[in-house]
Amino acid sequence: MRLALFSDIHANRQAFAACLEAARARGAERLICLGDIVGYGADPEWAVDTMMDLVAKGAVALRGNHDNAIGIPSDSMNDDAQAAIDWTRTRLSTEQKAFLAGLPLLREEDNRLYVHSEASDPAKWRYIRDTADAARSMMATGLQITFCGHIHRPGLYSMSAAAKMTSFVPTTGIAVQLLTGRRWLAVLGSVGQPRDGDPAASFAMFDTASREITYLRVPYDAETAAARIRANGLPLWLADRLLIGR
Amino acid sequence: MAALTMQPGAEIDGFTIGERLHRGGMAVLWSVTHPGITVPLLMKVPLVAEGEDPAAIVSFEMEQMILPRLSGPHVPACFGTGDFERQAYVVMERIPGQTLYKRIDDLPMSYEEARGIAGKIASALTSLHRQNVIHHDIKPSSIMFRERGEAVLIDFGLSHHQHLPDLLQEEFRLPFGTAPYMAPERLLGVRDDPRSDLFSLGVLLYFFTTGVRPFGESETLRGMRRRLWRDPVPPRKLRTDYPPWLQEIVLRCLEIDPAARYPTAAQLAFDLGHPEQVKLTARSKRLARDSLGTVWRRRFNLGAGPPQPKSDVAAQLAASPIVVAALDIADGSEQLNEAIRVTAEQVLSTSPSARLACVNVLKLNRLAIDRTLDEQGQNKHIDRMVALQHWARPFRLAEDRLTVHVLEAVDPAAAILEFAAVNLVDHIIIGARQNSMMRALLGSVSAKIASEAPCTVTVVRPSRLASQPDAGPSDDAAVPPGMF
Repeated sequence: MRLALFSDIHANRQAFAACLEAARARGAERLICLGDIVGYGADPEWAVDTMMDLVAKGAVALRGNHDNAIGIPSDSMNDDAQAAIDWTRTRLSTEQKAFLAGLPLLREEDNRLYVHSEASDPAKWRYIRDTADAARSMMATGLQITFCGHIHRPGLYSMSAAAKMTSFVPTTGIAVQLLTGRRWLAVLGSVGQPRDGDPAASFAMFDTASREITYLRVPYDAETAAARIRANGLPLWLADRLLIGR
Repeated sequence: MAALTMQPGAEIDGFTIGERLHRGGMAVLWSVTHPGITVPLLMKVPLVAEGEDPAAIVSFEMEQMILPRLSGPHVPACFGTGDFERQAYVVMERIPGQTLYKRIDDLPMSYEEARGIAGKIASALTSLHRQNVIHHDIKPSSIMFRERGEAVLIDFGLSHHQHLPDLLQEEFRLPFGTAPYMAPERLLGVRDDPRSDLFSLGVLLYFFTTGVRPFGESETLRGMRRRLWRDPVPPRKLRTDYPPWLQEIVLRCLEIDPAARYPTAAQLAFDLGHPEQVKLTARSKRLARDSLGTVWRRRFNLGAGPPQPKSDVAAQLAASPIVVAALDIADGSEQLNEAIRVTAEQVLSTSPSARLACVNVLKLNRLAIDRTLDEQGQNKHIDRMVALQHWARPFRLAEDRLTVHVLEAVDPAAAILEFAAVNLVDHIIIGARQNSMMRALLGSVSAKIASEAPCTVTVVRPSRLASQPDAGPSDDAAVPPGMF
């Protein structure tokens, strides 16, 4: 089965729609959303409605820290993020908020684990920054492949049978076979707010039969997404960063 | 467990196991057959029993990832892989014959034969590097030859693929590879520089032409680290008749700093293909190693330089193209040649390690009897070499970046195309012939080259305003100037 893996959509309607279209064009049969549907962006209602619809049709969605902060105020967010959360809270219906609050932190499927931040303590919202972070997450699960997001930068880690780690920045469009002899942690880039210097939306396809993961980039109308953020009085940096991918 | 099924007559994924060909330290090689495949096949099965060297597993994983992505005559074709879940294997084309290791008792071999062999290996490395892969274990036993002569690189267990995770990255505390051939930067953990393969090829060429390994056979880390500051004994010290051009090539490959080596395997292959045009520097004349002062400075400044940016194989190759400027020397071509110069300047200014080959075709009469050049022909040849050098002078290129070539051929387009293919050329710059009568008689050389070349072609025309008012109408105006 061909899975489309999305993470960190962040209420960016233009990026989310562009990635959905790209995933469908590549024959995606199932969508896995690794969390942070809202926060930062200006179209939370559309993003949540679209995800509720997809989940009703079989998609899997996980809860991210921004989704979580809608119902449970966070004390660790920076001012821009907090301002966006406060604004988002005013926009969402009770039903939409309930959907976000009810999303799971972890989900297991065959030999795969889906989680927003990392597996060792998902509610602590720790980032995978290096091989040490990756190793901690991989040690916490017995499953062969973990998919996560949260850091907004694509990365691919592996651990050999002798617990030796490798790290890799995936090349767009090049399929990598996740070999069975080792364990893997695939960190997804962000659909709605990439931070690796490339403003194009980021997602990945995973083929469960061939075990190949392909990281992809989708250019989208970031100008409109940024204009919507400005028009809604959200912090200006949240608009500017979309145009430079930072 | 699974290894029990590996015996003659057993079948796995449609492959029938034949005889066992070889058992090495890391893998067993079986002859296999498949009903749908006619070429001879080889199945490589890693030795992964309990307590075996984990290196066997990791290098098998690397080969399993990399080999199926490679193509072309310089690698064995891959026909299937199996992973550790059932039975780990790679099935590949079986290259007949022996590896170059077989020749190790014949050393030193003749300079000419060694030049030919090294040229073929450099061409194979060009193909590999263009596929974003660094071999990292170039040595006689990883090189074979096809019947038609092309070198085939085997054993990708230590290789690095720019677009795939490098599983050897943190696996081993010590650099993994074959000590006598390993580039110095490998000892510092660098695995992403294609020029490491050029160093290994330099070791091979040194060894094959002198009979001595330039850095000995030490397998200890201490012994290997010496090459980070100590240069090898110049080959001319070992063999008094050692050709200066060959020493120039060998010592350039063996430069400690990768940036001082050839920028690409293609440029090395080019020099091996044109020994008479190798620019001789102080390297070619040396009879002694660097002074102790130089060596000690190198040793104590080790790692003191600025941090090197992560190298990108493709970007490095792209910055070091071999560019051909195909020139007509006849009267009336000055304006066109000036336009070609402007275009060539633009290309060279963006590619700091590019090299320029200026090519002119001395057209032979189709009906002429094949003969060795008479005096007049020889003069013509030299005149044109001089004219090409004159044309190239304004570029002020270092001599090692410029060569001139007069090709003698009946068909100019075919001659240029062949030159481009043999010399792994990246870019041809050629003028569109302006005289429509000539073109009507001879056909358009540039059009044939643009459509058939194995590389990028830029067809140049002088700007319309600058062209002579009485020049005939161009009959290929439908083709806009620019890149093809």
